[in-house]
Amino acid sequence: MTSFPFLSASPALAWPLLIVLAITLLYLARSQAHRAIAASSRVVANALRLTSRSLRIAESRIRLRNREVLLAEGLEAVEKELEREFQRVDAVVKRDLQSYPAFHRHMADIITRIDEDYCQSTEVPPSPPSWVTAIEAVAKVKNDADGGVTVILEGIHKTLEKHHKTAMEEYRRASRTRHGLLSKMMPFWRKLSKTLEEVGKTITGLQERSRVIDSKMAEYEAIRAGSDSAERRLSSSSLTQFVVAGLVMLIAFGGAVINFNLIALPMSEMVGGGSYIGQFKTSDVAALVIILVEVSMGLFLMESLRITRLFPIIGMMDDKMRRRMIWISFTILLIMAGVESALAFMRDGIAADLQALRQSLSGAEAAAASSKSLIPTVGQMVLGFVLPFALTFVAIPLESFIHSARTVLGLALAALLRALTFLLRLAASIVHYLGKTALTLYDLLIFPPLWIEGKISRLRREPLAAAAAKEAKS
Amino acid sequence: MKKLAFLLGAAALILAGCPESSSHTRAVYMLLDTSGTYTAELNKAQAIINYLLGTLQPGDSLAVARIDTGSFSEKDIVKKITFDGRPSVSTQQKRDFRDAIDKFVAEVEGSPYTDITGGILQATETLYETGAGRKTILVFSDMEEDIKAGYVRDIPFNLQGIEVVALNVTKLRGDIIDPRKFMTRLEEWKTKVEKGDGQWRVVNDLERLERILQ
Repeated sequence: MTSFPFLSASPALAWPLLIVLAITLLYLARSQAHRAIAASSRVVANALRLTSRSLRIAESRIRLRNREVLLAEGLEAVEKELEREFQRVDAVVKRDLQSYPAFHRHMADIITRIDEDYCQSTEVPPSPPSWVTAIEAVAKVKNDADGGVTVILEGIHKTLEKHHKTAMEEYRRASRTRHGLLSKMMPFWRKLSKTLEEVGKTITGLQERSRVIDSKMAEYEAIRAGSDSAERRLSSSSLTQFVVAGLVMLIAFGGAVINFNLIALPMSEMVGGGSYIGQFKTSDVAALVIILVEVSMGLFLMESLRITRLFPIIGMMDDKMRRRMIWISFTILLIMAGVESALAFMRDGIAADLQALRQSLSGAEAAAASSKSLIPTVGQMVLGFVLPFALTFVAIPLESFIHSARTVLGLALAALLRALTFLLRLAASIVHYLGKTALTLYDLLIFPPLWIEGKISRLRREPLAAAAAKEAKS
Repeated sequence: MKKLAFLLGAAALILAGCPESSSHTRAVYMLLDTSGTYTAELNKAQAIINYLLGTLQPGDSLAVARIDTGSFSEKDIVKKITFDGRPSVSTQQKRDFRDAIDKFVAEVEGSPYTDITGGILQATETLYETGAGRKTILVFSDMEEDIKAGYVRDIPFNLQGIEVVALNVTKLRGDIIDPRKFMTRLEEWKTKVEKGDGQWRVVNDLERLERILQ
């Protein structure tokens, strides 16, 4: 105000004067100001759009890479499953169908035997007696008075009865033999039926396996073709694996913490409770190292058993070396478990001693002499022995976690980039429209001179337009 | 979360760290006033020592000394120990320490004079010798100094890195009549300790012993 004394002298006049002055200045600088506002908003908006575009390109690259990784992992997984299915089929064929020729021969033998028995068991019709015609001839002879014919016929009758009896006995014996043969056939029938049943089961099992192989092959082909559905299925399975493996690892982490608490106190008996590494007690660090060594040994054991494949070099070792590695890692693990068990035992003793001291310091001497049960000690020892082996199995979820984390992190990164792209595009649009709004507001501030300018230009244009119209008419 | 931080931090420190113990250990020197009027309070001191024995960790140091006519002397140290790093040994040491204190409390005789300054000087010397990271002097006294004629105690303290905690500062008959005496006495001690770069605290509520070692 001191620079402009007239302002303080008469403010009622000064403010309108200042406003008019400002409007005039703004009006005079209008085109430059417009250009400056438009240029700056364009620069910012373009920069944002450019960044957004590069992020989009990066996102699409990541997505593509993710897709490739996902499909490659999916292919590998299905290949493994197919390999396993084929191995199973191979095992079934080797186990059950390799001996099929022997089977077949066995069945043929049984059938031949049954056939022979059957042939032997057929009923042979008794041959008609040849002397029947002689009897018929004697029967036709007329009966004379002396009854010679009757005597002959009676003799024939007796002979016939005797023969009938013999024939009946013969027939019964033959029937008995036949029945014997037929009943002997029964086990062979059963054996045959059982053999056929076994073959049937094998064939059915093979059919089921072949159905599984068919479905896996279809999946394999879908992945090879890179179909969207296969990608979606694989990414969803990857997410599920990530979550499940993460949960299992959390549980394992809980186990590791319990394990740590079991051995941290007794470790101070070995390395001293008063020494520190940085901010941490040496005994705590030593306990942690023991647990980490156990986990590492567990990993090596799982790798050597080819249950996990985190270190391909172990999987590629020859069987002899691998077997050695299994035994070495298992032995170290066993020793560690034994050490932990001993430490757990020691911990119980130290904790009890400390408790007794605290009780005696607080004047509760009697409570210190409470009955001492063996259960907690044994429980801690068992826990100390079992936990290292339980931690061994953390290798399986760890492998799943690492494999799925690659995909999940890729997906998360792609989603983040997509969100950033959207935000940057939104910001670019906002800046663009803010520039436009600023231009409009600028014009709004200087609307009186603009209005006058408009009027003047219209007045100038009207005579010219009238002359042009006249010329056009003429 | 703390465990996770520890596990991660410890794993990093295995590679970077090197074993050291001095900065993490604690040394406590407790001065017991054995002047005639104050001897009756010693059972409270016993409870405090028991609390300290229960709280201090392997590797920490504890010393208990009496305040008598001339406290600037090793002879006035009742028991001094640096606990072993092995918990089992340190537990046994604590038991022995407690027994020694019990014996002292049972047999202690009242002293005609109260040389608190001498006691603090002796405590300072002993605490620096331990090389502990945290050093504390606990003065279980009414803080009324009574120096025998001829003893020179007009000496400034050097208490850098040492915290002096006055415990159970009882009010004397004169304090009851004129509380300003009590306040002045405490203020004088505070000034004296802080001049020697030490930290000063008064804890009279012995129900909350955890406040002694903060």
